[in-house]
Amino acid sequence: MHDVQPEPIAAAVPKPRGRAIVITSGKGGVGKTTTTANIGAALARTGASVVLVDADVGLRNLDIVMGLEARVRHHVLDVLESRASLDDALVTDKRVSSLRLLAAAQTREKDDVDTQAMHELVNTLRERFDYVLIDCPAGIEMGFQNAIVGADEAIVVCTPEVSAVRDADRVVGLLGNREKIWLVVNRLRPALVRKGKMLSVEDVNAILRLPLLGVIADEPGVIVSTNKGEPLALDDANPTGAAYRAIAGRIAGTDTSAPVIPTEPSAMQRLGAFFGGSAR
Amino acid sequence: MIDFFKKIFKPEGSSTTARERLRLVLLSDHLSLAPDVVESLKLDLIAVISKYVEVDEAACDVSFERQDSAIAMLANIPILAMKTRPPSPPPTPSAPPPAPEPPPSFGTPATAKVAEESPAADQPVPSKPPSAPRRKRRRRRAPVAPALGNAAPAPG
Repeated sequence: MHDVQPEPIAAAVPKPRGRAIVITSGKGGVGKTTTTANIGAALARTGASVVLVDADVGLRNLDIVMGLEARVRHHVLDVLESRASLDDALVTDKRVSSLRLLAAAQTREKDDVDTQAMHELVNTLRERFDYVLIDCPAGIEMGFQNAIVGADEAIVVCTPEVSAVRDADRVVGLLGNREKIWLVVNRLRPALVRKGKMLSVEDVNAILRLPLLGVIADEPGVIVSTNKGEPLALDDANPTGAAYRAIAGRIAGTDTSAPVIPTEPSAMQRLGAFFGGSAR
Repeated sequence: MIDFFKKIFKPEGSSTTARERLRLVLLSDHLSLAPDVVESLKLDLIAVISKYVEVDEAACDVSFERQDSAIAMLANIPILAMKTRPPSPPPTPSAPPPAPEPPPSFGTPATAKVAEESPAADQPVPSKPPSAPRRKRRRRRAPVAPALGNAAPAPG
């Protein structure tokens, strides 16, 4: 059993300027990577310097969701094991110049990562960036421990499903005393909630009891954006993109409004979608 | 039959089922993740019951069982004998109460020892448990109130 408590930062060490936030969930497939990509893109669009760290060693995905897979030359283990410099490994986003990606190793295993070295890497990144967003792998084993070690804030992504809520609850327990632990409810289907066929945001948060950062609807646009490798947060016309931008605003503290719970599209919107909406 | 009418007149979505299942599974998760809490509960339970009866502490067991719509606590506390009244001092089978400190004595150690023993001899002999104690097995079932919240890491 590994020690799950965050290591206390020695009082003598000056606090790094950037914020390290891990995006986690316990359960796989709830949208951690998509959430990381979109929050990162939304934060960077406001001018903040952001680095996205893919901590899912062995199952690299953040690069492809970001549409940056062709630019990756080195990965996080190259840096940790001194085969590449940090600057060589950081990939600059093709749309937002203040956004960087540090890809995961695809051919290695999660146990290959040295927890202490990972912690130091995150601290180094915090010296250089306003935000270090860490995309955590599913599970609560070594990969999870390595992903959370340097982060003093966490975003728990949860879908309105019993399995996801149970796993999120476990992960919140394992995260221990972080500065902040937020909740993003992902893949909400408002029509199902209205019919009583899906847990509502309130149902989920009655159990997790975390500050709600935002709610993302289950809509085709998310899938389309992943297909293209273009984060929705950069699409000004998309309501889900707006939801991601609002999340970024709440993280930065510039948006103090309560999160909007997505509602069913109106008849007109459905009609518009029928005659060829933007989602392709 | 009642369920049938419930379904006819008040159609409930499966989210109600999801909520209820989550409530129970999380309660169960939290109990299994907090062995220290369960242990402390067990010790308190034994302490309370020991005020009235002699219990076999070594054989005590507290567990939780999932039932249809609740988690039940099952406490198996073997009773060795009734307590003699009044219940003081509490004679627990495993740890007898420590004898009071003898007052500072000016006599020889031997004298002090005699003085210590004599009041004990005056006390009524506690009813001894039969050689083969009939164990009363008492099952206490108490529904555990729903506790929500986040699962703490299991220590260790």
